[in-house]
Amino acid sequence: MKNSADAILKKYEVVIGLEVHAQLLTDTKIFCRCSTKFGSEPNTQTCQVCTGMPGVLPVANKKAIEYAIRTGLAMNCSIAPYSRFARKNYFYPDLPKGYQISQYELPLCEHGFVEIITDNEVRRIGITRIHLEEDAGKNIHEGRGDHSFVDLNRTGVPLMEIVSEPDIRSPKEAAGYMKKLRAIVRYLGVCDGNMEEGSLRCDANVSVRLFGRKEFGTRTELKNINSFKFVEKALEYEVKRQISIIEDGGTIIQETRLWDSAAGVTQSMRSKEEAHDYRYFPDPDLAPIVVGKDLMDSIRAALPELPDEKRKRFMDRYGLPDLDAELLTSEKAIADWFEEAVRAGGQAKTVSNWMMGDLMRIMNEENKSIEDISLKPAQMAGMLALIENGTISGKIAKTVFEEMCRTGKDAAVIVKEKGLVQISDTGEIEKAVDEILAKSPGEIARFRAGDEKLIGFFVGQVMKATKGKANPKLLNELLMKKLK
Amino acid sequence: MKLNEMTVVGLRKLLDKREISVKEALDDVYARIDSVEDRVRAFITITRDEAYKSADRAQEALDSGMGSLLTGIPVAVKDNMCTKGILTTCGSKILHNFVPPYESTVTSKLKAQDYVIVGKANMDEFAMGSSTENSSSHTTRNPWDIDCVPGGSSGGSAAAVAAGECIAALGSDTGGSIRQPAALCGIVGLKPTYGRVSRYGLVAFASSLDQIGPLTKDVTDSAAMLNVIAGHDPLDSTSAPIATPDFMASLGTEIKGLRIGIPKEYFIEGIDGDVSRAVNDAIRKLESLGAEAIEVSLPHTEYATATYYILATSEASSNLARYDGVKYGLRETGKDLLDMYMDTRAKGFGPEVKRRIMLGSYALSSGYYDAYYKKAQQVRTLIKNDFDEAFKAVDVIVTPTSPTPAFRVGEKAADPLQMYLSDIFTISVNLAGVPAISIPCGFSSGNLPVGLQIIGRHFEEEAILKTAYAYEQSTEWHLRRAAL
Repeated sequence: MKNSADAILKKYEVVIGLEVHAQLLTDTKIFCRCSTKFGSEPNTQTCQVCTGMPGVLPVANKKAIEYAIRTGLAMNCSIAPYSRFARKNYFYPDLPKGYQISQYELPLCEHGFVEIITDNEVRRIGITRIHLEEDAGKNIHEGRGDHSFVDLNRTGVPLMEIVSEPDIRSPKEAAGYMKKLRAIVRYLGVCDGNMEEGSLRCDANVSVRLFGRKEFGTRTELKNINSFKFVEKALEYEVKRQISIIEDGGTIIQETRLWDSAAGVTQSMRSKEEAHDYRYFPDPDLAPIVVGKDLMDSIRAALPELPDEKRKRFMDRYGLPDLDAELLTSEKAIADWFEEAVRAGGQAKTVSNWMMGDLMRIMNEENKSIEDISLKPAQMAGMLALIENGTISGKIAKTVFEEMCRTGKDAAVIVKEKGLVQISDTGEIEKAVDEILAKSPGEIARFRAGDEKLIGFFVGQVMKATKGKANPKLLNELLMKKLK
Repeated sequence: MKLNEMTVVGLRKLLDKREISVKEALDDVYARIDSVEDRVRAFITITRDEAYKSADRAQEALDSGMGSLLTGIPVAVKDNMCTKGILTTCGSKILHNFVPPYESTVTSKLKAQDYVIVGKANMDEFAMGSSTENSSSHTTRNPWDIDCVPGGSSGGSAAAVAAGECIAALGSDTGGSIRQPAALCGIVGLKPTYGRVSRYGLVAFASSLDQIGPLTKDVTDSAAMLNVIAGHDPLDSTSAPIATPDFMASLGTEIKGLRIGIPKEYFIEGIDGDVSRAVNDAIRKLESLGAEAIEVSLPHTEYATATYYILATSEASSNLARYDGVKYGLRETGKDLLDMYMDTRAKGFGPEVKRRIMLGSYALSSGYYDAYYKKAQQVRTLIKNDFDEAFKAVDVIVTPTSPTPAFRVGEKAADPLQMYLSDIFTISVNLAGVPAISIPCGFSSGNLPVGLQIIGRHFEEEAILKTAYAYEQSTEWHLRRAAL
């Protein structure tokens, strides 16, 4: 059964395009000077402009425009020398003007791409457009009886909408694309990329078609994918849903569907017939955005090294494998941490191993970002030096490392406080070895009879007796000499 | 002469010489209001308390030598300019209780000079109309004939000036709303170049056409008022970042060699005989002063009305979306959200406003946008080009302001198309964005004022003020006062 189900799925090509909304990290809103700070008391970050009082006018936030241009350049877009804001008209209580200021016919950035790696293959995902718009407020339905309330603090927070071409061919690829977008906007410092808090939001257009078909299948639009872990899951569900409808002889209805993360399903929200006519037209209150060469050049010059370039450099300069480079460059802060540790004397691959292993495990367990971890890169280099010069063993180092992360103390201090200095005195180790061997005549006999795996038993016993402090190299040499 | 009959500049001299006090001037204004307002009904709100408080402040400023042009001058403000703490209804039931929490840029500039606000002047609802008959409050009457309309939409402002209920007034002009009532009430009305005066705080009707301007008793006051209200405003992206000249310095009687254009498309059948005669006399008068009259063509004039009613209504349909009962103004209780929206807007808007919202929504809707809105934008460019072309050959263009003198209350109220033709000579000016002034140029056989429109190049208000001043100085029309 499983095999035949897989075979059916494999007949279909998946076509996905994503519309991603990224909240820009400007201090003030896009068309007024209210703060964009998150989590204040309702309606305390509002003014006559963002509450849509009669007679007010929007004035575009230059920083927001620069952030969008920065993103456009990082995603290989052409930047329009002349673009316009447009009004998207619809009624909703969280939309105080009765229209959202967005961009329509003439967006700020167009025709770009980002590259992602899926299954060891580099895939280029086209970016149709990137445009600016304002966020809406929030309706609050919990409260007093049959009344609803509106919080307009978020109204006018700048958003950047990044629309991809329908180039994505699997849910996994969609997740990879989202991760890449997140990495880029975080590198650029234009968005914090937090899906759970809604500063990065993703709507997906999904359709399937039999392989070889030219025309697209009927698509559905998926909304409310509010976490990274749901991107792949929601799309997988929707793809399977569509395929099973087609396999059963049905047809896909063009509609908007909501992802229900609790139930793990997508549900119909509204059909095409109910779709709004937004009556877009150029906003006459706002002058066209004219981007001159000087502004473009200065933004381009100030672009940081981006994830792809950094990954290539890490492989070239540090000789890191692809996987290490990819992981270490997923976040700028992690990449910076790595480079600082290497600058402080750590060997690149060793630093990478410790970061990808123990450090990321601890970050995960404690739900901390690299900035929140007490351990500093130079301290890691210091610890590696202690292993290098034989002061501690790699095994002891694991304990030391955990302690460093927890307390922020230097490795040398922890080693001293806990008496973890490695025993490199041959006499002391030999004494311990002799004691163990004296207690284990049976094991010695079996070892000599050819059961060489028993070496681990002897090492373990001595380590236990020395509380793990015996220099492993010396211990091995001594054991081999005495057991021969 | 009673002080209320004086001009801004005339009263200024008396106040500066301490021959009168601010309070004395204001007393005369309110005495006049007390005697004629029940017949004229120029105001929606009379701000007597606020006025006397301002008068005290103004007197203090004058006494300490801090007087400016408008210090202590009683001015009426059209009810679509936001005045902090003072009811601003826009002539609409939907804003019947709206007290702005902020001050418009233009009234802020007046306030900074300690002007005295006499009251908020009546207007057609949301400035949509040519007679003030569309006001939700009441119809204002023409001081020259109480049975006639004062014109509109700034009919209250024009009537207040003509009746001596204030020294000067502010109005707004989207398709002729300053100039047409000025013509019908026998006063001077100036629509500045689009972008010359900030729109911040002016309740929007059609954002790409709206412009605030003065209604005054003579041309000198018009220049004086423009000096105060003009200038770039960082809160209005459509206000032009260009220097403001001293408009009063441009007033001189020498117009020898001035080339005045007479557009052949404007002298058409259907113009009232008295209007035609008065305007032709005015052209001869200008010629006798040394100006050269040259026939010009504005070939796309016949499309102006259609173009205007597509663009203005499209913008209005979006601008008026914010009046939804959620945040301020009228709210009807409905059984659900949609009901609340529909009941509020059904009860809050008058028939003309509803008509225009429907027209505009239609013109912007998907499938019709290209045929209406987009086409109208293209024609707008052609109309603007007409003016650019004509202004290569002439310095100013002279036309009638309105095809007829004031008509009787109710005469055109039932026929919107007939009413729209009242603005046939004024709307092209708004579409082109150029400045124009209407000045008194005679009287009809029924003793109703006739207005002469003088149109100038973009940001060349000085040329039209100069022409108007030269004409005014050689005639006495502007000195006649309505006998109430």
